[in-house]
Amino acid sequence: MAKFVEKIKTFFNTKIRKSTHKRENIESDYVLETRELGITFGGLKAVQNVNLKIKKNQIYGLIGPNGAGKTTVFNLLTGVYQPTTGAFYLNGEDLTGLSQEKINQKGFARTFQNIRLFNNMTVVRNVMVGLSNQPEYNCTEIESVLRLPRHFKVEKTMRKRAKELLRIFDLEDERNNLACNLPYGKQRKLEIARALATNPKLLLLDEPAAGMNPNETEDLVKTIKYIRDNFDMTILLIEHDMKFVSGLCDEITVLNFGTVLAEGNTKEALNNPEVIKAYIGG
Amino acid sequence: MFKKFKINHYINYFVIAVALIVFAILSFTGGIDNSTTLLLERIAISIILAVSLSLVVGFLGELSLGHAGFMCIGAYIGGKVSALLAQTGIGDGIGNLIISLIVGAVAAAACGVVVGIPALRLRGDYLAIVTLAFGEIVKTLFQNSSDNSFGGLSGLSTPRYNKTTLFIIAFVVVLLTLAVIQNFIRSKHGRAVTAVRDNEIAARATGINVTKYKIMVFALSAAFAGIAGVIYSFSQNKVMYTHFDYNYSIEILVMVVLGGMGSINGSIISATLLTFFDEKLRLWISQDFSKTQLAQFLTTYVIKGDLAVFKDIIYALVLILIVIYNNSPSLKGLREKLNLKKLLSKLFKRKHDPSKVKDDEARWDVVPTKIEMDEVLSTDVVIDDMGDNSADIGERGGNK
Amino acid sequence: MEVLEFILSVIVNGLSQGGIYAMIAIGYTMVYGIAKLLNFAHGDIIMVAAYTIIVTVNTSMPIGVSLPLSILLSIVICVLLGVAIEKVAYKPLRGASPLAVLITAIGVSYLLQSIAQIIFGTAPKMTAKLDLGAFKLFGVPVKFSAIITLVITVLVMVGLTMFVKKSRTGRAMVAVSEDRGAAQLMGINVNKIITITFIIGSALAALAGFCSIIEAPSVTSTFGSMPGIKAFTAAVIGGIGSIPGAMLGGIMLGIVECIANKIPVIAPYTDAIEFSILIIILLVKPTGFLGKKRREKV
Repeated sequence: MAKFVEKIKTFFNTKIRKSTHKRENIESDYVLETRELGITFGGLKAVQNVNLKIKKNQIYGLIGPNGAGKTTVFNLLTGVYQPTTGAFYLNGEDLTGLSQEKINQKGFARTFQNIRLFNNMTVVRNVMVGLSNQPEYNCTEIESVLRLPRHFKVEKTMRKRAKELLRIFDLEDERNNLACNLPYGKQRKLEIARALATNPKLLLLDEPAAGMNPNETEDLVKTIKYIRDNFDMTILLIEHDMKFVSGLCDEITVLNFGTVLAEGNTKEALNNPEVIKAYIGG
Repeated sequence: MFKKFKINHYINYFVIAVALIVFAILSFTGGIDNSTTLLLERIAISIILAVSLSLVVGFLGELSLGHAGFMCIGAYIGGKVSALLAQTGIGDGIGNLIISLIVGAVAAAACGVVVGIPALRLRGDYLAIVTLAFGEIVKTLFQNSSDNSFGGLSGLSTPRYNKTTLFIIAFVVVLLTLAVIQNFIRSKHGRAVTAVRDNEIAARATGINVTKYKIMVFALSAAFAGIAGVIYSFSQNKVMYTHFDYNYSIEILVMVVLGGMGSINGSIISATLLTFFDEKLRLWISQDFSKTQLAQFLTTYVIKGDLAVFKDIIYALVLILIVIYNNSPSLKGLREKLNLKKLLSKLFKRKHDPSKVKDDEARWDVVPTKIEMDEVLSTDVVIDDMGDNSADIGERGGNK
Repeated sequence: MEVLEFILSVIVNGLSQGGIYAMIAIGYTMVYGIAKLLNFAHGDIIMVAAYTIIVTVNTSMPIGVSLPLSILLSIVICVLLGVAIEKVAYKPLRGASPLAVLITAIGVSYLLQSIAQIIFGTAPKMTAKLDLGAFKLFGVPVKFSAIITLVITVLVMVGLTMFVKKSRTGRAMVAVSEDRGAAQLMGINVNKIITITFIIGSALAALAGFCSIIEAPSVTSTFGSMPGIKAFTAAVIGGIGSIPGAMLGGIMLGIVECIANKIPVIAPYTDAIEFSILIIILLVKPTGFLGKKRREKV
C-alpha cells in the first residue's frame, strides 16, 4: 500500500525535465570540446566530468569496458539525452540542449551500435535522406507537390551526389537494393555513407568494426582514413578492437564507470596501468 | 523533362480520367441511371478517404482509427458553410462548392494538427487509441450541438448539389487528391516521411525534422478526409453524425489494408471494388439471395437480423485472413511460393530477383516487414509491473 | 441532505461502474503485458457474455436455476472464445509487426459484432427477469445490482492479486511480462502462459458482462465496444501492464463518469470528457499512475 501511495506521489511530481543550461559560445581551437559533461539517471551517475578535446582532422577513440558509458557519451553529444551537467561545443559553438535534428544540422553525424538503416528503402534513398537537409537541395513541399522545375533539378542532383557517395563505399552497384537485404558489412558502410551525406564537421562512429571479419575491418580502416583525408573530416569513434584502435586513432580517452580513466596519445593511454587493470579486472 | 516521362507513374491519373470522361458522356446522353450516379459519388468519396488514410497508415506507419472523425468535421463544417452561402448571393452553384471544400479542408486539417501532436509522443497502439478517442469526441460534440448550429440529434440539413454533375466534380477532386498526395510522397519530403516510418531514431540523427513531418502528414491526410466529408455533405440532404462512427473508420482502414499498405494504386483499386461490391452485395443479398432456400432456412432458424450484415462478416474475415497471410512469420514459405510478381515474371519468362528493385519504378510502396517491438514502444511506454515480487520467479517459474 | 445523497450515490454507483471497468481493464492490461498486444476484441467478449446470459435467463427455467447456470455458461463460452481467438487470430502473428496484430484484432472485433448482429438483429435484446430491485440507504435508493457488482469486484481483485503473487503460474506470468525470452530460457512455457492470460481475461470479461447486464438488462451487438474502449482508457490511466493500476484506473473512471452524469450541463459530454482524460493522460504521462518506464536503447 505504501508503495502504491509512493507511486501516485511520483506521478504528480514528475515534470518534463528541460535543460536549464544557458548556451554560451566559447573560444575554442577544437572541433569538439566538452566541459564537465555528465548525466545522471535517477541516482546513477552514468557519465561524469568528461572533458574531450578533439582537434581538426583527428581520429579520436573512445574506449572502455562494457557499461563504461561510451554510448551514453555519444547519446549526449547527439542530443538523444540532455546532459545534467556540463556542455559541449562544436568549434566553440555551444550545442548543449539542442534537439537531435538540430545537432545533426549543426554538424554532428553518427552511426549506431545496432545498425539503424531505413530498411524498407533502397540504398540510394537512404543516402538521399541524409542529403535532404543540405542547402543546395532545398525544395519546399509546395514546389514538390506542384512539380515545379526546382523539384526535378533537386531530385536529379541529389541522386547524382548520392551515387558519388556510394561509389566511395563500393556500394554503387547495390544502390537499388533494399537496405535490409544488404550483408552486414555493407549495412555498416551504408550507415557511414548516410551520416556523411549530412555533411558533418564531426563524424561519430559507434563500434564501426563490430561483427566484421579481419578483411572487412582492414577495409574499414582504409575507408575511415580516406574519409578523414578527402572530406576534411574529424572522427570520434567507439571501438572494442584494440588492434583497430591502435592502428587508427591518433588519441584516445578511456572511460570506466562513467569517468575518464586515461586520455591522450593512443599508445601511452593503452599502456597506462589503470587501463590495463580496468580491462583485465584486477 | 519529357523524355523521362514515366508512364507508370501517371497511369492511375490516366485510368481515372478516362473513366471520368466515359461516365460524363454517358451521364449527359442519359446513358446512366440515378443509382449509378450515386454509386459513382460514393466511389469517389471512398477513393479520397482511402488514399488519404494510406498516407498515414502506409507511409508514416501509424494507425489512425479516427479517419471518419476528420470526414465528419469536413461534412459538418463544409455543409454548414454551404447552407449559409446558399442563403447569400453566392447561391448553391460551383462557387459555393469550392468555398465549402476549402473551408472544410482547412477545418479538418486544423484538427489533423491537433491529432498530430500526440503522434509526436505516442506510437503504435497508443496513438491508435488516441485517434479513436478523437473520432468519438468529434461525434459526441456534433451530436450534442444545438439545433441552430449543427442540428444536434436530428442532423444538419444541407443543400443537395446538382445530381448529375456532382460525381464529375467528385472525380476531379479525386484526381487532385491523387496529384497532391502522390507528388508529396514521391519527393524528398515523402522520402523523409518513409524514413521516419522505418526508423524514427535514425531519421532524427540524420537531421530529419520528425515533428514537422508527422504533423504535416496528419494535417494533409485530415484535409483530404475533410474534403471527402464536404463532398459527402453535397451528396446528401442531411448530414448525420451516426454515419461517421468507428465502424466507418474501420471500413476505410479495410480498404487501405486490402489494397496493400503503402500502395496508393492498391488503395484506389480496393476502395473502388469494395464500394462497388458493398452496393452490389447489399442488392444481391436483399433481392436474389433472400429468395433462395438457404436464406429462407437461415432467416427462419438462425438469423434474426438483416441478411445484409453478411457483408460485414465477409469484410471482417477478409481483413483477418489477408493480414495473417501477409504478416504471419510462419506463412513466409507459402508467401514466397505464391508471390504474385514471381508468378507473373515466370509467366513472361523474365528473371525475377525479389531483392533487386528497379529504382526507376519508384518503389515508394514498400511496407515495413517487421518493426522491432521496442521501437513501437519508444515513448516511455510501460509493459511490466504485474505485482510486487516481479523479480522473484523462484524455483524455475510456473512450468510444472 | 442533498449533498450527502449526491456523495453517497456517486460512491455507490461510481464504485460499481468502476468495478466493471476495472474487471475489463484487467483483461486488457494482462494481455497487453504478457502477449504485448492490444486485444480489441476484448470488449466484444463482454457482449457475447451478455447475450449468453440474457438468452439463458429468458428460457422457461426458474430464475434460481437459470441465473447461476447463465453465469457459468457465459464464463465457459467466453473462455472458449477468448482462447479460440488467441489461437486462430493472434498466435500466427506472433513476431509480426504490431500494426498487423492490431489490425487483426480490430477485424476480430468487427467479426464478433457482425455475427451477433446477424444472429440477434439490431433491436436490443432485453429481459425483465434480472431486475433485482433496490433498497434505501440513508434515504438514497441503492440498487442491489450495484452491491453485487461491488462484491464481485472485490473478490476478483483480491483473488487475482493473490494468484499473481502467490501461485507459480502467477509468478510465471510476471516473468513472461518482464522478459519473454528470458522466461522461456528459464523453462516457462510461454504459450501456456499466454493461453492462461486469455482465459483469465475472458472470464473476467464474462463477469463484467454479468455485472453490466444486471445494471441495465438490454444488449445490442455494440454492447461491449464502448465499455471496452473506456476500460482500455482505465488501463492506460492506471499504467498499462499493471494489475493494481487497472483496478485504480477503472474505479477512477467509474467515479468520474458518475459525477459527470449527475451534472445535467455536462452529462451529454460524458464520453467526450472521458476520452479527453485519456488523451491528456497519454500526453502528459503515457506510463499512467502505476506503470514503469521503459526506454528504448539507442
